[in-house]
Amino acid sequence: MVTTEYNKNMQFFTDMQRCIGCHACEVACAECETNGQDTMIHIHYVDRANTIQTTMQVCMHCDDPVCANVCPANAIVKNANGVVLSANTSRCFGCSNCVMSCPFGVPIKKEESELMMKCNMCYDRTGAGLRPMCATVCPSNALFYGTPEDIEERRPHSTPVNKFIIGEQEIITKVNVMMPKGSTELTIH
Amino acid sequence: MAKSENTLSRSALVKAIIASVLLIILVFLGSGNFRELDAALIPYLLGVILAVFGITYRLSVWLQRPPTRLYWKRMGKLSLAHPIKFIQLLFRNLIFQKFIYSRGKDRWIGHFLMSIGCIAAFGVTIPLTFGWIGFVLKSGSLTGYEAHMFGFKAMSFQLGSFIAYMLFHVLIFCSIAVIIGAMIMLRRRMTEEGLVATQTFEGDLLPLLLIIAVAATGLGIAFDYMFLDGKVHQFMSVTHAVTVILFLLWIPFGKFIHIVQRPMQIGVNIYKMEGEKQGMAVCPLTKEEFATKMHIADLKEVTLETGFDFRLKNGDNHLNYSPEGKRSLLAKAHLKAREDAGSYFG
Repeated sequence: MVTTEYNKNMQFFTDMQRCIGCHACEVACAECETNGQDTMIHIHYVDRANTIQTTMQVCMHCDDPVCANVCPANAIVKNANGVVLSANTSRCFGCSNCVMSCPFGVPIKKEESELMMKCNMCYDRTGAGLRPMCATVCPSNALFYGTPEDIEERRPHSTPVNKFIIGEQEIITKVNVMMPKGSTELTIH
Repeated sequence: MAKSENTLSRSALVKAIIASVLLIILVFLGSGNFRELDAALIPYLLGVILAVFGITYRLSVWLQRPPTRLYWKRMGKLSLAHPIKFIQLLFRNLIFQKFIYSRGKDRWIGHFLMSIGCIAAFGVTIPLTFGWIGFVLKSGSLTGYEAHMFGFKAMSFQLGSFIAYMLFHVLIFCSIAVIIGAMIMLRRRMTEEGLVATQTFEGDLLPLLLIIAVAATGLGIAFDYMFLDGKVHQFMSVTHAVTVILFLLWIPFGKFIHIVQRPMQIGVNIYKMEGEKQGMAVCPLTKEEFATKMHIADLKEVTLETGFDFRLKNGDNHLNYSPEGKRSLLAKAHLKAREDAGSYFG
C-alpha cells in the first residue's frame, strides 16, 4: 500500500565530504513545489585556495529554531513532524532577521518579494512519505534520506551527529551530519 | 517561542480595554451622543468594538516579543524621520502591494482585488456603523438625499444621479471584487501542490471561504431588494450580520491579523535604508558586505534575549559572519573533524 503520511522512521543524513559539486541537488530543489521553482539549497567551495572540496547546505530544521525565535512577525513555525516551514507568506515582511541569525546560514531573502524563503525539506514529498528532491538525485549520497539502520549499514565507520556547538551555544537539529565514528557533536569555530 | 503568547497578559488586557473604551467615546462624540446611530447596524458596532479589543490585545502581546519590540522601537523613530519615504512605501507596499506582484501575477490580481474590496467596504461601512456618516432624505423632498458627516450636512444629491448610483452601489462593487479575488486565491490553494502540502484548513482555506461568505451574503441583500421586493430581507441581513461579525471577531486570531501587521513592512524598508547610511557589516571570512551594522548589532541583542548566545571565546561573535561565511565555517569544521580522524570518508 502506498504511504501518504510523513514517515517518522526516515531521517535526513548529510555528509559534506561526499559532495562532488555537481549541482544536481540545486536543480532538483527547484522542482520542489513548496519553493515555487526557486532553489533553496546552497552549494559552494569550502576553502577554494586550499581544497577543491565543495559543500551543500540544506535547512537543518533545528529543534528550537533561532529563525522562528527572532522573527518579529511570528511567520516561521515548526510543524508537528519537526519540520521548520518556510515563512508564512502573509505574515513575513522581509526583515531578514532569520537570514542573518540562522547559525547555518540557510534562509534566503527574496528582495523583490520582500519575503524569506528556505528549505521546507520538500514537505509536499516528505509529508507523503517520499524523499526530498535533493536526496533523490544526489549521486554521491552526500544527501541521504533513509532510516538510521540504512545509513548504519552504508556508513559503518561514521556516526550521525545532530548536535552543534557554537561558542557556548548548543544547537540540536533534525537533520544529521555524518561524522567520524564515535563523534557526539560538531564544534564550529 | 515567547511564553507571553500562551498566558494572559495583564498589560495587553489593560491596553485592549483602553482602546475599546476610547472607541466607544469616539463613537459617542461622532454620532451626536449616539443619536445618529443606525439601529440596524448595532450588532456590527458591537462586533467592531470586540474586534478592536481583540486586535489591540493581540498586537500588544505580539509587541512583547523581543524581536518585534525592538523593531517597533526603531521603526517608530525612523519612520518619523523619513515622512516622504514613508508615504512612498505606503503606496508601494500597502496600497499597490508591489511585493506580491513579484511572487506571481495571478496572485497579485487576486490579492489586490480582495484587499481593495475589503478596504473600500470597511471605509464605507465602519463610519456608517459608528454613526459618523449617514444618508437622510432632504426635508420636503422625495428625491433629494443629504449625506451627513458627524451630524453636519456634507453634501446633497438627487436620486438617480451618478453620485447616488455610485454611493448606493459601492458595496456591490466591493463584493464582486472580493469574490473574484478570493476565487483566484482559492484556485491557487486547491491546485498548487506546494500549497496543498503546507496549508491548513483553518489557517488558509477558511479565511477565503469566510470572506466569500461575507461578500456573497452582502450581495444577497442587494439582490433581495432589487429583484425579490425584499421578501428575504430578514434572512439575508441576519446571515450577512453573522458572517461579518464572525469575520471581525476572527481578525485577532487567524490569518486576517496580517492586515494590521503588514504596515511593519514600511518600517523594515526604512530601517534598512537608514542602516545602509550608517554603514555595512563585512564578513570576516568572505570579506564581503552582507548586512547593515545596525541590524547585526540589534540581532546580537535579540538572540541573547531569546536565549541564544553566539558569543565566541575569542571575543568574536558567530553573528558577525555572513550566511555564506556561516555555511563555510560549518563545512570547514566538518572537514577538520574528518581530517583529524584520518579519513575523509567513512
